[in-house]
Amino acid sequence: MKAEKKKALKRESIIKAALQLFSVNGFHKTTIPDIAAKLQMSAGNVYNYFSSKDILAQEIIKYTSKALGEEIHKVNIMNVSAKEKIEKIVEIYFMMAKDRPEMIEYFLRVYLSNREVFHQGCEGMVCVSGFITEIMIFFDDSVSSGELRNQDFFSAFGLFMGYLGGMVFLNGEEVLPKPIEEYIHDISFNIYNALKA
Amino acid sequence: MTCQNKPKLLWLQSITCNGNTHSFLNHPELFFILSHFEVVHHPVLDSSYSMEDVIGGIVPCDVLIIEGSFQEEGFLKSGVEVSSIIKHYANKAKHIISVGTCATFGGIFKQKNPEAISGFCFNGEEKTERYSTHASKLISLPGCPMHPRWLSYVLLMISGKKDIPIDNLHRPVELYGYTVHTGCTRNEYFEWKIDTKTFGLKEGCLFYETGCRGPYTRGSCNKILWNDINSKTRAGTPCFGCTEPNYPQESFFRTKTNMGIPDKVPLGVSKRAYLTLTGVAKSFTIQRFTERLMEYDK
Ligand code: SF4
Ligand code: SF4
Repeated sequence: MKAEKKKALKRESIIKAALQLFSVNGFHKTTIPDIAAKLQMSAGNVYNYFSSKDILAQEIIKYTSKALGEEIHKVNIMNVSAKEKIEKIVEIYFMMAKDRPEMIEYFLRVYLSNREVFHQGCEGMVCVSGFITEIMIFFDDSVSSGELRNQDFFSAFGLFMGYLGGMVFLNGEEVLPKPIEEYIHDISFNIYNALKA
Repeated sequence: MTCQNKPKLLWLQSITCNGNTHSFLNHPELFFILSHFEVVHHPVLDSSYSMEDVIGGIVPCDVLIIEGSFQEEGFLKSGVEVSSIIKHYANKAKHIISVGTCATFGGIFKQKNPEAISGFCFNGEEKTERYSTHASKLISLPGCPMHPRWLSYVLLMISGKKDIPIDNLHRPVELYGYTVHTGCTRNEYFEWKIDTKTFGLKEGCLFYETGCRGPYTRGSCNKILWNDINSKTRAGTPCFGCTEPNYPQESFFRTKTNMGIPDKVPLGVSKRAYLTLTGVAKSFTIQRFTERLMEYDK
């Protein structure tokens, strides 16, 4: 294996391990030695890949945002109505929360709760642009096809993501009576009705 | 050069406001440019043949300039169909220059009757039935009006027997190869997504809030300045996109957006690339661009 490829894989494995720990234990309680221990490598070696814990945290949000963005991209290029796309996006989000809970947990518990870590180098949309761009493309297509109502981006975005984030949070707190996937249809229906033209 | 050897220039008007005629009169070297030609007839300048001669079909013509939108039937001057006069001389001419957006694509006057009125060789972006007959000698100079220096460039190239590279709508590439956005003094504001909310200021870009169409309008207004000193965007007015085949659109001062996302993004840029870039750019505060260039109050 080429050295470069090996390095890239190692880098990703650090991201994945850190993502797990951060999302479970929180940003402040997780240390670089914890992450190194999980990977059976030395803390010094982790620093070869990421010069600080803050930078690692920023790379993780880029990584998760890209992964989510790639899934939504697949929906964006489908030849289906905005209504169906909403249902697919909700499904992607909920299934990710179920199968890879650390991805969504990280967003809710680390990215949104430790803003000071993401100030320098992750301003505004810099680190989440992979995901936000796809949501923008979805809104833009749906408004120009006449299916969704033209309105301020953040009003629509907040409604959409706030709702999804809220459900995933309730699910994480184990207060939802039914498994989260059973809410996909009703929730997509509500979002569509709230946003439709 | 004797008068006999000079190319014979005939300027004909169809349905027009005279804007291109007036624009060209503003050229600081008007008479020098025209000295390379024999002006056989012009709507407002002294010329050797009268309108009657023009209508009679006897006027010689090497370079035909057409100003104004075209209507096949029903637009008469002195009881004669203007379309038949234009076609008569278009067949004779070695070069045809459509000056202004009306003559080129239909422009403002097309709005009156979109079915019947068009440009001479183009109807918007579509080719008219006259296109195949005249395409080989056609140069398009859209603009509302066209810039006087755009016409002088074409005329001097013709008189110097030089080739004029053109694009698929027959616009000279030298003049329409870039967008109005190129050379705009507000480019840095555009890059960092700092918009002005009002007209006439030196600071800020006019894209989001006031409808500037510079990023998708072909033309050299910011490279070859008007009156050699200014352009719309330099003066703080949005570009209206007057050189484009779809001009005029419904609203000059508004950028159509879908949930705040511009419906059209700069020429040649994918929407995904544009949104990625702008999302990132908007996240930063660039101190220099948040301040007035000159603090008049100080
Ligand atoms: S004012 Fe118009 S032409 Fe100038 S930078 Fe902004 S969008 Fe481009
Ligand atoms: S800046 Fe735009 S609207 Fe103004 S003349 Fe040039 S192309 Fe036309």
